[in-house]
Amino acid sequence: MNMLIQGGRVIDPANQIDQVTDLYIVDGKVAALGSAPEGVEAGQTIDATGQVVCPGFIDLSAHAREPGPSQKGSIKTEAAAAVAGGVTTMITPPTTSPVVDTSAVAELIRDRCEEAGKMRILPMGALTKGLEGEQLAPMAALASSGCIAFSNSRLPIANSLILMRCLEYAATHDLLVVFQAQDESLARGGCMHDDSTCTRLGLNGIPESAETIEVARCLLLTEQTGVRAHFGQLSCERSVRMIHEARERGLPVTADVAIHNLLLTDECVTGFNNDFHVLPPLRSQLDRAGLIQGVLSGTIQAICSDHQPHERAAKEAPFADTEPGMIGLETLLPLSLLLVEQNILELPQLVEKLTSAPAEIMRLEGGKLSPGSAADITIFDPAMAWELTPESCHSRGKNTPFMNYPLKGRVTHTLFNGELVYQLEGGNA
Amino acid sequence: MFEPTDPNQIQLTPEGELKHFITTEGLSRELLTEILDTADSFVDMSAKQVKKVPLLRGKTVVNLFFEASTRTLSTFELAAKRLSADVLNLNISTSSTSKGETLKDTLMTLHAMHSDMFVVRHSSSGAAHFIAEHVTPDVAVINAGDGRHAHPTQAMLDMLTIRQAKGEFAPLTVAIVGDILHSRVARSQIHALRTLGVKEIRVIAPNTLLPRHIETLGVKVYTDMLQGIRDVDVVMMLRLQKERMNSALLPSESEFYKLYGLTMDKLALAKPDAVVMHPGPINRGVEIASSVADGDRSLILDQVTNGIAVRMAVMSMAMSGQTKTRANLIQAGES
Repeated sequence: MNMLIQGGRVIDPANQIDQVTDLYIVDGKVAALGSAPEGVEAGQTIDATGQVVCPGFIDLSAHAREPGPSQKGSIKTEAAAAVAGGVTTMITPPTTSPVVDTSAVAELIRDRCEEAGKMRILPMGALTKGLEGEQLAPMAALASSGCIAFSNSRLPIANSLILMRCLEYAATHDLLVVFQAQDESLARGGCMHDDSTCTRLGLNGIPESAETIEVARCLLLTEQTGVRAHFGQLSCERSVRMIHEARERGLPVTADVAIHNLLLTDECVTGFNNDFHVLPPLRSQLDRAGLIQGVLSGTIQAICSDHQPHERAAKEAPFADTEPGMIGLETLLPLSLLLVEQNILELPQLVEKLTSAPAEIMRLEGGKLSPGSAADITIFDPAMAWELTPESCHSRGKNTPFMNYPLKGRVTHTLFNGELVYQLEGGNA
Repeated sequence: MFEPTDPNQIQLTPEGELKHFITTEGLSRELLTEILDTADSFVDMSAKQVKKVPLLRGKTVVNLFFEASTRTLSTFELAAKRLSADVLNLNISTSSTSKGETLKDTLMTLHAMHSDMFVVRHSSSGAAHFIAEHVTPDVAVINAGDGRHAHPTQAMLDMLTIRQAKGEFAPLTVAIVGDILHSRVARSQIHALRTLGVKEIRVIAPNTLLPRHIETLGVKVYTDMLQGIRDVDVVMMLRLQKERMNSALLPSESEFYKLYGLTMDKLALAKPDAVVMHPGPINRGVEIASSVADGDRSLILDQVTNGIAVRMAVMSMAMSGQTKTRANLIQAGES
């Protein structure tokens, strides 16, 4: 069906557009901005007055949990959470159960996503078989089955020779490798940032070096092998500096950060609130400032949710005994808008971090509103005040410290291939 | 965005009375002194023919121990019995359970038995806090040691022992020696000593046994025991678990003893009237020489005696706070 999105502030950073105008969609694709294309009549109109119209968000790290522990989430539930958060494409880590190291698993994820029909899930494939850090995964075959990138997640590849071989092989096939850098021996047993709060609470700490040593090793091997590399969910100021220096030297590496690491610090853990148990951990004010600086300087190109749903029982235990991670798909927009409210980013810059930049990192077609592009579109009201509640939360996981927290900025409509896949109750259509 | 949480949000009533005892951190000097004064009144009771008071008569105290302990469990049991409570001891091995679900399930089961107080020991930091968050508002929780976080009754019995020996806290320099990294006792001692206003707190250990940024707790850090122990009034030794020897933390038992073990020679560097304390059980020849442990400056057995008095004090105070909470709840329900 043809559609008109009327009177919204259209922000399309890829095409440097920021203007109040109309947007026409024909046959699931962006057709025109401003005036209607000749001979086109909109079958449906969305009044976007006072709202922002932008490309659908592309989330570089969100766990759907399928295949795997269905009590935490499924492709169906997490896809529903994604579109409610304006996310039309999400990249899922290979840490499913079984892990994404065979074409069958990759295809299952894509099939289930197609069945859900709401949005696009692009799985990352495992870098090593079983993510065990021993033997190369069949990357070329996995890429043919739809794996967008390759990662060993936070699981160790202790042997640097094996890591180098993985990168060489990925480079051979021009595949993107995603590092979620963590030195296993330094992080082992840890559950929060190793600093004064950790000392007071008597929890096992994870020092910055658990990340920075691994970032350094990965950067050196990236340089040596020439692989396309991306660093996901950074948490340390020093990591940002190292990646910045590498980029200055001409190394084409990219990076992203989870929105909660940009907003929160380890001091949040003072009350043993298990919702703040995340990996990488919430770090110091200095680290947070370094990450913000990284976003501003462009060393960090993208912001992601690092969405990790858990069932209630997984978070009902003493802090260290709980499973790490918080949900984030539905709060990605309002939390990101805090960066605008705090004058850290302009709104178009923020939209870029959520759309065209991640598309570029993953070499995706989307993330823009060029005529002929798939009409993956998010419409949001940047001023709408609301609260995420367990009842309104679409994700199966309810694990976030932002539950029942006053938020500002809400997605009202999400379109995927021109189809309205989410509409806020009471929204104009 | 999220302000650091005040630890007293969970352990004090709105009127500032103790309802749980989870940590010494953040408690006022007045409240700590009240605990010591109340404990003092119970110390004398131990010498009487009838060693019971009816403060907890009709109440049920459950000692919920997820971690092995003889000394702490028996002193809590004795304290509860001297307060005339009914006592149930439960030793629950965490190795046979599957983490959090079981902890909460256990708690729910015990709830159903209408217990009035849980005394909790657990290997995970924050466990007592977690339990206090999940019990009904009329149940008191006393932390008998959680992970590396806190062991507040041990710290308070140490404070009582120091006060008995030295009178005033303000002029004192106190050294805490040994495995600070893994010690919940040290953390609770540091908070209590600071609040009670001692002049100086020192921690003495090799870097492998010192938590990061320990100085932010308000202590001076020494890695050389000969320097650290100089002119102190109180030496508080910590227990060192032998399994931590010959690992990546320490090269050997003998090397630790040589550098950090408390011998008469090293003690001679402290003030002439300096006293020696140890939470026990002691490893003779590893962290402390027998001549020091059994010497006339050792207060180790006084600590044990004071343990019962302090636990009686804390239990009666928390129960009082909970009783008022319960009364308020009933009143609120009626109105």
